Amino acid sequence: MSDPVVVEGLSRSFGTLVAVSDVSFRVHRGEIFGLLGPNGAGKSTTLRMLCGILDPSAGRATVVGFDVAKEPERVKQNIGYMTQRFSLYEDLSVEENLNFYAGVYGLRRRERRARIPAELERAGLTDRRDQIAGTLSGGWKQRLALVCATIHEPPLLFLDEPTAGVDPVSRREFWAHIHRIASAGTTVIVTTHYMDEAERCHRLAFIFRGSLLDIGTPTEIIKRRNIRVAVITTSNVGRAVDLLTPYPSVDEVAPFGDRLRVATLDAVDPIALAREVLGQSPGVLDAREIVPNVEDAFVAMVHSEARAGAGS
Amino acid sequence: MNRMLSIAWKEMIQARRDRLTMGMMVGIPIIQLLLFGYAINTDVRNIATVVYDQDHSEESRGFVRRMEATGFYDVVGHVKSYEEIGIALRSRDAMVALVVPPRFGAEVEAGRAAQLQLVVDGSDPQVVASATDTAMSLAAARSSVLTIERLQRLGQPVSAPTQVIALEPATWYNPDLRTAVFIVPGLVGVILTMTLVMFTAMAIARERERGTLEQLIVSPIRSGELTVGKILPYIAVGYLQMTLILVVGSLVFDVPIVGSIPLLYLLSVFFIAASLAVGLFFSTLAKTQQQAMQMSFFFLLPNILLSGFMFPWEAMPAPARWLSTILPLTHYLRVIRGIVLKGASLAELSSELVWLAGLTLVLIIVVSMRFQKKLG
Repeated sequence: MSDPVVVEGLSRSFGTLVAVSDVSFRVHRGEIFGLLGPNGAGKSTTLRMLCGILDPSAGRATVVGFDVAKEPERVKQNIGYMTQRFSLYEDLSVEENLNFYAGVYGLRRRERRARIPAELERAGLTDRRDQIAGTLSGGWKQRLALVCATIHEPPLLFLDEPTAGVDPVSRREFWAHIHRIASAGTTVIVTTHYMDEAERCHRLAFIFRGSLLDIGTPTEIIKRRNIRVAVITTSNVGRAVDLLTPYPSVDEVAPFGDRLRVATLDAVDPIALAREVLGQSPGVLDAREIVPNVEDAFVAMVHSEARAGAGS
Repeated sequence: MNRMLSIAWKEMIQARRDRLTMGMMVGIPIIQLLLFGYAINTDVRNIATVVYDQDHSEESRGFVRRMEATGFYDVVGHVKSYEEIGIALRSRDAMVALVVPPRFGAEVEAGRAAQLQLVVDGSDPQVVASATDTAMSLAAARSSVLTIERLQRLGQPVSAPTQVIALEPATWYNPDLRTAVFIVPGLVGVILTMTLVMFTAMAIARERERGTLEQLIVSPIRSGELTVGKILPYIAVGYLQMTLILVVGSLVFDVPIVGSIPLLYLLSVFFIAASLAVGLFFSTLAKTQQQAMQMSFFFLLPNILLSGFMFPWEAMPAPARWLSTILPLTHYLRVIRGIVLKGASLAELSSELVWLAGLTLVLIIVVSMRFQKKLG
């Protein structure tokens, strides 16, 4: 079976603004694929084109075998879509919401009668099925929205910043559920700017100012940036930041309480550099090198783009 | 003081950025002024009149000419029976009919009293007074002229009746000229316009505001299914409201329902459809529920003032009448008053139905062109 999502040279402009520019990638079946990027980078625009609700200006995309520009309605029948707004009817009860979306996706009465109680049970919503959706907490709303988006058992699920405004515990549960769905064979495409969420994806695509900067597993992406990170304790954090920031091999210096997080480019040793720059005062009281994470890679990539932009 | 001014300043900026609100602030006073000052006129002129002349004498033709010369009557045709007068009045081709009896001219010539009849449509009480008064004074004036002529010819007093030409007014439909009879059926139309336009205009804006519209757009639902599904419940609401007003109107205000109730319910679907189409059109324009509400309110104004609900349509200047023909309510008022008060038949109302259907069709085409299942 071919890849459920194939994107080739996809672009979209709004007037003179180029929101997405020449993006290409493939998503494999059963994969959790993350679109990562800052706000306004073009993640949601890309997602909307893949859902068939926004026409591409150039390029093409095939979703579950259908061209998004030519057969958007066939695409829509085969996808689930959930946004950060959850799109529930706040004045309908939990069960009424599910019933409505099941109907919109063309589920027959008999299918609905069988599936809705099962889905409610699976999401732990059975006790709350008569509760008005607007009175649910963020985490429960999110669960309900996910059930609504997957009630027709789509082979492909789109999640647009699905955990915005949800507490950390609910977020963890949500991701555990997403992994269960994926291991059952559903392909998931998720946009996020939460780095901890990005690390939970099988593969990531970095989007910045409408362009695809990098694509790969979180480990591959971090490795390719060739950065090293150290946590340094110093006597004067503010002064240390001012001293370290101008160095070209320093990618970023970020204060964390009484400590500093120093990221260096081109595999430069961050601890040696800090000792040399900070000298006796404010000095390096304690230093420990740590493994770079997706956030470090992301920041490095954005900085390098900004430098390239400034240089050209 | 400073804090208060900050609030006022912020309020001004927000009002200026909201183009619709700004437009309404300027537009409503101007349009109100124009409508009230220019279009609203209770002095009816150019009342459509038919003539049933059974005499065809010089005297009868002269009377019709003098009627037209007053500017109050506009002779739109001649009829050959009381039956045809009924048809003309029910289909609203005319509001007044002049009936000239046989041998009218000969009787007047002979100096004997002769009687004309003026049939007036009483379903709009405001028209009745001006319609009859003018004709009455015309008859009195002509009588005086005839009497003086006769005196001069004979040179001596004659034992002729003081008023040679008597005019007998006859009010058909609502003979007691009760305002409730005129207002209640019209109110059905006004209330349907108000609620149906507002409900549908807000229904889509609400989905847009809450983000559920996007969820529907990514679903396989078709535009048609969404649109029709949205308006179906409101058609039922429309019928419920109509039933309520008619039942209360007949029980409390004793408004008779002369015509066929099934016909009324059947034909009302044309108007309900037109109102819902207007609402849907607004919903494609409005981004928020508030805007939808403002548009509906804005739409309601000309409907109340120009449709003939409160002020006689006949009294309006031509531009106001042209404008009113594109309002569904103008046509529906004729349908519902025609059926409820005059017992009009389907054939007599056909031109209004063609208008309503045409307006609905145009709006539906515009709406489906504007409502695409796409973003951006």
